[in-house]
Amino acid sequence: MRWVVPEAEHMAEGTLGCQGCGGALSMRLVLKELGKDTVAVLPACCWSIIDGPWPVHALDIPVLHTAFETAAVVATGVKAAKEIQGKDTTVVAWAGDGGTFDIGLQALSGAAERNEDIVFICYDNEAYMNTGIQRSSSTPTGTWTTTTPDQRPEARPKKDIMGIIAAHRIPYAATATAAYPEDLERKVRAAMAIKGGMRFLHLLSVCPPGWKMEADQAIEVMRRAVRTKVFPLYEIRNGREYTITRWPDDLPLEDYFSLQGRFKTLLEDEAMLELVRGNVEERWQILLDRHQRSHPELAGAE
Amino acid sequence: MPERLLLTGNHAAAYGAMLSKAEVISAYPITPQTMIVELLSELTASGRMPAKFITVESEHSAMAACVGASSAGARAYTATSGQGLALMHEMLHWAVGARLPIVLTNVSRAMAPGWSIWCDQNDILSQRDVGWMMLFAESVQEAQDFIIWMYRVAEQVFLPGMVGMDAFILSHTAEPLIVHDQDAVDAYLPKFEPLYDLDPAQPRAYGGLVNRDHYFELRYKIYENMDRAGQLLVEAGEEFGDVLGHKYTPLEGYLLDDAEYVFVSAGAMTSNVRQAVRDMREKGIKAGLLRVIAFRPFPIDGIRSILAGRRKVAVLDRNMSAGHSGIFAEEIRSALLGQPDAPPVYGYIVGIGGRDVRVETAMDICDDVLVREEPEMALFVGVKGLPIGPLRKDASIRPLQPLEVMR
Repeated sequence: MRWVVPEAEHMAEGTLGCQGCGGALSMRLVLKELGKDTVAVLPACCWSIIDGPWPVHALDIPVLHTAFETAAVVATGVKAAKEIQGKDTTVVAWAGDGGTFDIGLQALSGAAERNEDIVFICYDNEAYMNTGIQRSSSTPTGTWTTTTPDQRPEARPKKDIMGIIAAHRIPYAATATAAYPEDLERKVRAAMAIKGGMRFLHLLSVCPPGWKMEADQAIEVMRRAVRTKVFPLYEIRNGREYTITRWPDDLPLEDYFSLQGRFKTLLEDEAMLELVRGNVEERWQILLDRHQRSHPELAGAE
Repeated sequence: MPERLLLTGNHAAAYGAMLSKAEVISAYPITPQTMIVELLSELTASGRMPAKFITVESEHSAMAACVGASSAGARAYTATSGQGLALMHEMLHWAVGARLPIVLTNVSRAMAPGWSIWCDQNDILSQRDVGWMMLFAESVQEAQDFIIWMYRVAEQVFLPGMVGMDAFILSHTAEPLIVHDQDAVDAYLPKFEPLYDLDPAQPRAYGGLVNRDHYFELRYKIYENMDRAGQLLVEAGEEFGDVLGHKYTPLEGYLLDDAEYVFVSAGAMTSNVRQAVRDMREKGIKAGLLRVIAFRPFPIDGIRSILAGRRKVAVLDRNMSAGHSGIFAEEIRSALLGQPDAPPVYGYIVGIGGRDVRVETAMDICDDVLVREEPEMALFVGVKGLPIGPLRKDASIRPLQPLEVMR
């Protein structure tokens, strides 16, 4: 029989990841489905460290480290060589939020627009964690980081990377998190099933030191992000067809924020909390509307 | 059979990449390099060249795609110019550190601002210390052949190489070109055999963290291989003659035997300097020409032996390192320092931003160097309103204003 989460392991038991690292767990789970015939391209990110310094290497696939802004295009180059050589190897670009939302966005947009035959995976821990917790354009409103200190927490909403990716009309894009491994594995399988074009996965990846929380709450906090609609789970086919894959419940936002020290100031600021609540609800309604328009046959079912 | 065509330097470069059987090409258009990209697009689209062409969104990505393709074992090529080469800078370093024998053509263009599409060599020379081999082409034939010559050496030392070609003067000038027989090029340049190719059966990590125990040795090996490339360029240049009919060398001399005054030049303007040297000879001046073809590795020994004992050396630099001198002059002075019979080196800065360097310009330099007593670091040729000479002494540069606290 085949388990929903395959038994195969392509990551060593020891890595340099912090306790409770969502990025390390995400890699372990994703590789189970990507399989052995895979090459990973890693720009500067936590995984530059997690994999280990030479001669240590935590994965049993080849890894090509590259410059911060180049994950998507280096993966494109690797894939071009594999194609010329007649090989069907899967090439995955594995980047953090900085290497995806910020410095990596130009190369990512180029690869997406050209519909390159690669899988781009962003493990998103919502700040520059490898350099010691500085804001990125993925950092949500009201968050503490070392460059958005308590006196001036993050004022702007998290960049809508999925909207940007959808606008490129690539065959497949999805959000997922290691807290729901069955959903994650199914989406990796779906991405693998669509060859010949660009696939994008956006994984919310907890960072206990950066989020100022207990490592043993890592899975719980990612679950609550989904349950509170902060990070809905869905997929987008061809940039148009939206499908919500896990329905949130009525868990209050505060139950997500209160597990994390990075939201301490936000929880004390009623006005900002209301702003965030409004943003989360607005984004959810937009997503819900797109889901319903994509699935008219399900009207009234939810 | 070799074919004889009338082509521009840009189209010759595209033919050079095709004859080299580059497998992955990734490039971004920039004047005056664009014709290379256009012709390679046609050649790959028509199937005449069985390569993957990636139309990336920037030069930085063009080099990054080459890094990916070369890491996976493909022969990779790109072409750029000026601002594009500058944007690539980070990935030029990456190609060296990762030991990838990528070859690129740089059509030398002056850096902005002000916007200029015209020729000078500050773009390519700004990449001097990155660790790429560098050749300077003078003719359309060389714009093609140097790519093939460069791959031959690059794939031995696992270092990348760039071929410099001057904007418009060479890139857009049509000359007769011998397009070599493909079988002959294949015999000269066999299929690339990478040491590593990102094979999932060999799950290694490439380019990750190295601590202080290892990095220095990695860089030492880069230096060592660059040094070795000097001799390989000589050997591969001779092979080129044997197999493809024209021998190439890192340095090229003209009328040097009894020359007392040696003019040093690189790139397309050398043709005019050569004509000027002929004219000087007719006037009874014992002049000769030394053309620098290989800039990295710099042919130090050859330069020392060729220039030793000459009365004067005039270096024509189509570039400048503000705060020092012309860059070729700087390199040649450094090579000659402390050598017995080292001649004085007069540095002339010419042709910045595409200003013409004519036969007459070289003759004016000849007149100047014959009578000038002190070798100067930088003598400017052709700045409006100024004679040939060092920086003006009467410039009104803003002085520091006295500070309140000092009064």
